Amino acid sequence: MTALRAAGEAATSPVIRVRGLSKRYHEVTALNRVDLDIGRGEIFALLGPNGAGKTTAVEILEGHRHRDAGEVSVLGTDPARADRGWRARIGIVPQHARDFADLTVRMVLRHLAGYYPAPQDPDGLIDAMGLASRSRARLGQLSGGERRRVDIALGLLGRPELLFLDEPTTGLDPAARRRLQALIRQLAADGTTILLTTHYLDEAEALAGRVAVLASGRIVATGPPAGLGGRDRATATVRWRDEAGQHVRLSTTPTQLVARLAARAGTTDGEVPGLTVTRPSLEDIYLDLIGQSRPEAQS
Amino acid sequence: MTQLVTAPAPAGRRLPALLRTSLSRGTLEVRSFFADRESVIFTFALPVILLFVFGQVFHGDIGSTGVPFRQYFAAGIIASGIMSATFVNLGAGIAADRDSGALKRLAGSPLRPAAYFAGKAISALVVAAAETAVLLAVGGAVLGVRLPGTPGRWLTLGWVFALGGAACAMLGMALSSLPRSARSSTAVFTLPYLVLSFISGVYFVFSSLPAGLQQIAALFPLKWLGQGLRAAFLPGLMQSVEPAHSWELARVALVLGAWFVAGLVLCMTTFRWREPG
Repeated sequence: MTALRAAGEAATSPVIRVRGLSKRYHEVTALNRVDLDIGRGEIFALLGPNGAGKTTAVEILEGHRHRDAGEVSVLGTDPARADRGWRARIGIVPQHARDFADLTVRMVLRHLAGYYPAPQDPDGLIDAMGLASRSRARLGQLSGGERRRVDIALGLLGRPELLFLDEPTTGLDPAARRRLQALIRQLAADGTTILLTTHYLDEAEALAGRVAVLASGRIVATGPPAGLGGRDRATATVRWRDEAGQHVRLSTTPTQLVARLAARAGTTDGEVPGLTVTRPSLEDIYLDLIGQSRPEAQS
Repeated sequence: MTQLVTAPAPAGRRLPALLRTSLSRGTLEVRSFFADRESVIFTFALPVILLFVFGQVFHGDIGSTGVPFRQYFAAGIIASGIMSATFVNLGAGIAADRDSGALKRLAGSPLRPAAYFAGKAISALVVAAAETAVLLAVGGAVLGVRLPGTPGRWLTLGWVFALGGAACAMLGMALSSLPRSARSSTAVFTLPYLVLSFISGVYFVFSSLPAGLQQIAALFPLKWLGQGLRAAFLPGLMQSVEPAHSWELARVALVLGAWFVAGLVLCMTTFRWREPG
């Protein structure tokens, strides 16, 4: 029901709509006619190697950077001309912030909450981020993972409609990472749109409903992580064993191949020994898309 | 334990008022300043130590005026302290805010830029007033520096403090876009501050400096800030030691006011929330 409604809203009014976005730095093309549509309540991941234009794209969407060409609408407004009311509706989690080093976690959250019309309760956020025992520590004394959680808390403080997350779980331990991913899913289910930028494909796969791969300033693929770059239809590798030894076949119709193998299996229980069917991992597809060779050649 | 709300904030709520966020910024800046031991030591301890050391070195009177030299450089060190609390702290502070990502974070928030600057100005004023009070207290208790004797002199102290502090603060904000990083801000702020302190009549009687240095110093606010404060701290007969044989209070107001306006214009034309691009 919620998913249906969210899908309907996404179709009518995307939270982010980008057409033909281009940006150059002197001789270097950072973004080349990028199109993007992100609907309400989506968790959307922007993937790409360093220098692919991720940061430039996100900074333009945040209103931090000017564009050379193209149309951009974020929450119905052009970020280049956005006002304070618009900024109260977005949340930004930066990657390398070192600000407020001399102030305590609680002081900073309570202070920044005062910028927003209807903020999150700072103490509730401190609890949710697992920072209750560190609420009196200065930001400069926090570990990398704790500082990360403070930055995420600050991004959530204004209860944004749209959250920009740059490498959200870098430096977090597995338990904190899982808790944060659950929180992100809950936020999205309740209507917050989340734009994630990351190098970590497992993170994108775990969280994002859709991903886009940016390479050299262009979007080279977009879709759900499971189907990215035709991954769900890509040639599968089928491995099995019989009396003649180990077999490896590449197949575009692996189901039929497995059925044939099962039919002629010489075993009493009908099992094919050592049977595996593998499709390229998201990482394989990603490396193909960004034009780098796969680390392991197919046998 | 409070519950987290996972739904976005309802639309159409009013943003907090400028006055509230400005005061909140001011409080945060003051807390932040006093939490940073290094800047507290540089801003407070340095002038107090200088006042004390100079008080030990120079015992005599200025010429045959019967006015102790201590009284003269107490006014100068207070002027220099005001400049340190405003020009150096604000300029280096804003450069550090740019370096640490604080400015970018604020630019992405609904905070008004005016509230940020108001907060900086509030903290500069509070720090400069605290510093002046500490210097007056230490100078009075340890060195026998006399406080201004009449309401008129307190009034002079008040407006020279406010206008001089405001001019130096504006200049600090205006130059805050110059340093590429927080580290290089020492060169941009501390160096000119120290040079001006030596040539503006802070540690030496101004008219005893070479004429060339006097002319250079007269282009900058610190010389006039010190001169205005001497009008508050020294007896009228000491005007004979000034280059113009007068406190020139109208000119003090004019020069400091001009620096304030110039700083404001520079600030509005050069200020960057983030690196260009």
